[in-house]
Amino acid sequence: MGRLTWREPFSMDNDLSPQDKKDLDKFIKFFALKTVQVIVQARLGEKICSSSSSSPTGSDWFNLAIKDIPEVTHEAKKALAGQLPGIGRSMCVEISLKTSEGDSMELETWCLEMNEKCDKDIKVSYTVYNRLSLLLKSLLAITRVTPAYKLSRKQGHDYVILYRIYFGEVQLAGLGEGFQTVRVGLVGTPTGTITLSCAYRTNLAFMSTRQFERTGPIMGIIIDHFVERPFPNTGHMHACDYRATGEEDGVGYPGVEDSQEVCTTSFSTSPPTQCVFTVSKAHFKSPKPAVMDTLKVPMLGLSFSHQLCSSRLSYQPPMPGAADLCYPAALNSTNPHQMVLPGKEGGVPLMPPQPCHGTQAEHGRVSSCPPADPGHHLSGSPSTGEDAETLSRSGEAKTACRPEALETTFTRKVGAFVNKPSTQVTTTGLDLPFAAFAPRALNSEENDPMVHPPESPTTASPLHGSLHSQDSVDSAGQTQDDFVMVDFKPAFSKDDLLPMDLGTFYREFQNPPQLSSLSIDVSAQSMAEDLDSLPEKLAIYEKNIDEFDAFVDTLQ
Amino acid sequence: MNCRSEVLEVSVEGRQVDEAMLALLHTILLHRSTGKFHYKKEGTYSIGTVGTQDIDCDFIDFTFVRVSSEELDRAIRKAVGEFKEALSNSGSDGMGQISLEFYQKKKSRWPFSDECIPWEVWSIKVNVVNLANEQERQICREKVGEKLGEKVINIVEVISRHEYLPKMPTQSEVDNVFDTSLKDVQPYLYKITYQITDSLGTSVSTTMRRLIKDTLAL
Repeated sequence: MGRLTWREPFSMDNDLSPQDKKDLDKFIKFFALKTVQVIVQARLGEKICSSSSSSPTGSDWFNLAIKDIPEVTHEAKKALAGQLPGIGRSMCVEISLKTSEGDSMELETWCLEMNEKCDKDIKVSYTVYNRLSLLLKSLLAITRVTPAYKLSRKQGHDYVILYRIYFGEVQLAGLGEGFQTVRVGLVGTPTGTITLSCAYRTNLAFMSTRQFERTGPIMGIIIDHFVERPFPNTGHMHACDYRATGEEDGVGYPGVEDSQEVCTTSFSTSPPTQCVFTVSKAHFKSPKPAVMDTLKVPMLGLSFSHQLCSSRLSYQPPMPGAADLCYPAALNSTNPHQMVLPGKEGGVPLMPPQPCHGTQAEHGRVSSCPPADPGHHLSGSPSTGEDAETLSRSGEAKTACRPEALETTFTRKVGAFVNKPSTQVTTTGLDLPFAAFAPRALNSEENDPMVHPPESPTTASPLHGSLHSQDSVDSAGQTQDDFVMVDFKPAFSKDDLLPMDLGTFYREFQNPPQLSSLSIDVSAQSMAEDLDSLPEKLAIYEKNIDEFDAFVDTLQ
Repeated sequence: MNCRSEVLEVSVEGRQVDEAMLALLHTILLHRSTGKFHYKKEGTYSIGTVGTQDIDCDFIDFTFVRVSSEELDRAIRKAVGEFKEALSNSGSDGMGQISLEFYQKKKSRWPFSDECIPWEVWSIKVNVVNLANEQERQICREKVGEKLGEKVINIVEVISRHEYLPKMPTQSEVDNVFDTSLKDVQPYLYKITYQITDSLGTSVSTTMRRLIKDTLAL
């Protein structure tokens, strides 16, 4: 399309009209922001979906429907600090994994770079724009192909995926030996060639000894389902909460510029000579400061680690009892990159429960305070004790959560369908799969896996409830860390004939009375007594031997 | 002009054929579709927005991105379904090729019909394998997933060369370049054809042409 020519950097701009230069800078800036959005959204662990619209809205850069997660934009802008990616100044998004034990590992680094090869003849407002759009589409496709994608889809219980944006020199040392590079694409511009690539780790050796893949059970018993939570201090997973631009606010970012630049593009059908391109700035109302403004948490450290975990399970929003479940992720105004559920994550101790409940019912949001040191990856600053305490406080507080006000999907991955704390099983009782049948003095029947068989691992489908409110209330006052009853709507479960639906039936009969043969009384009986009674039983059977023989004959 | 031609080859199990084809065809179409054009006065036009969605495959460990357009998806599924059926009817060999061709229409004078001039052809060669047991199937799931990933990288690499693309048309010419029949997106004019290779390896005992979009076919 155009000749590639070499120019001295300082004379690069001479040939570019001021309008073109301005447009190009704007394109590069928004391209960088959209690139970050695509990458981060691809690592949230969920499927991403956006709709096509035949009428241009004017706010969809590059004619692609890519949602903007506000805190991601905020982080990106912070990292860029007013500069643009340029020669020697690359913008990088680093994706890493952090396990429940605190180990972390870089998985991949996406680099948006610029080199000196200029394409002077290319039309900025037309060809460059369209090619940047194509590059974003390529990025969408490639982000689902690198190994980190599958890992991010399975995040939740054992590990979480984090991102970090930085600007300047590319750092690939953390990717280990033998990392691979895939090039997403490049776009020539009059001021240089933009390239987008990804370097990803291939050596996942340290992960092999740990279990990152939860394969389905072959046998019916899943012992580890009742194990103490791997994140003792962060039992609840973080939900990711985001809104597309233009939707209702809620996120207070006092320091962030509120205007949103809108790109209205018109293209001419005789491109070489006539390009009509209008870019207008639309100032959106600055978001109303929400409750979280009142929670000021000192932000320590400069690294912008942002926790993005969400598992594939989404729950119904709240029932009054399961208060700890009902908070969508909070976006703290002062520490925007922490998206935490107040339930378990670091913020809980500082959160005043009452006002938050009230406000959250109104705004459908909850604030939480991140741990005091956000520079480190989120996990385990607060102790479990605090969590439980705050949980119980929040559990008791009357939560007038109006679920309909909560629009976000929030996710967590817990052992579900257990609505009594007593059914929690500890590992100590589970050494033998058939431990139930051995006479035991102590073992509470409640810890017995044979009595209360663990549920099979929860899958996405039964728990994908709608985002609308669920009126029925279950398991009120659940303050147990690990297992909380989740209200779920089983698909296709409504039956006109029966008064109750599958979900209700399931809950009602979830904890059936135990078998008498497994009750304590029986197990307390000594083996010796059993043996003693045997000869008597044998004598009786011998007496009736004719009956037995006749019976056997009928079977022949 | 020269039409550039790209060939991709995959080996899949029978039940993976549909998803593998959908994944690759949709990946290509994602890059070859734009938003709907809205022409305004003075020869300018604006472009609608293209949405995307992630699709998980059931029989392959793979997720691909496609354009959010039910109409387009239906059209592609129909073509892939026919290809799959032809493959299974062809016999034990299980080799075939499905082609996605992007073309431009050139008006000819009466009585000649319009010409269809291809400018890019993607051919996906498929080799269907039979697997003996569940363990092999599980391995195949992962392997095919990786292979598809490599193919997506190949596709993206070709696209990023930014070679010939038809010029943006005027309002009167837009139907010669783009398929404007869909209501939410606008892919370049395309057609999908397939061939089943018979057991001798010669392509063609049945060459069936399925023209999904060719409004002026005689």
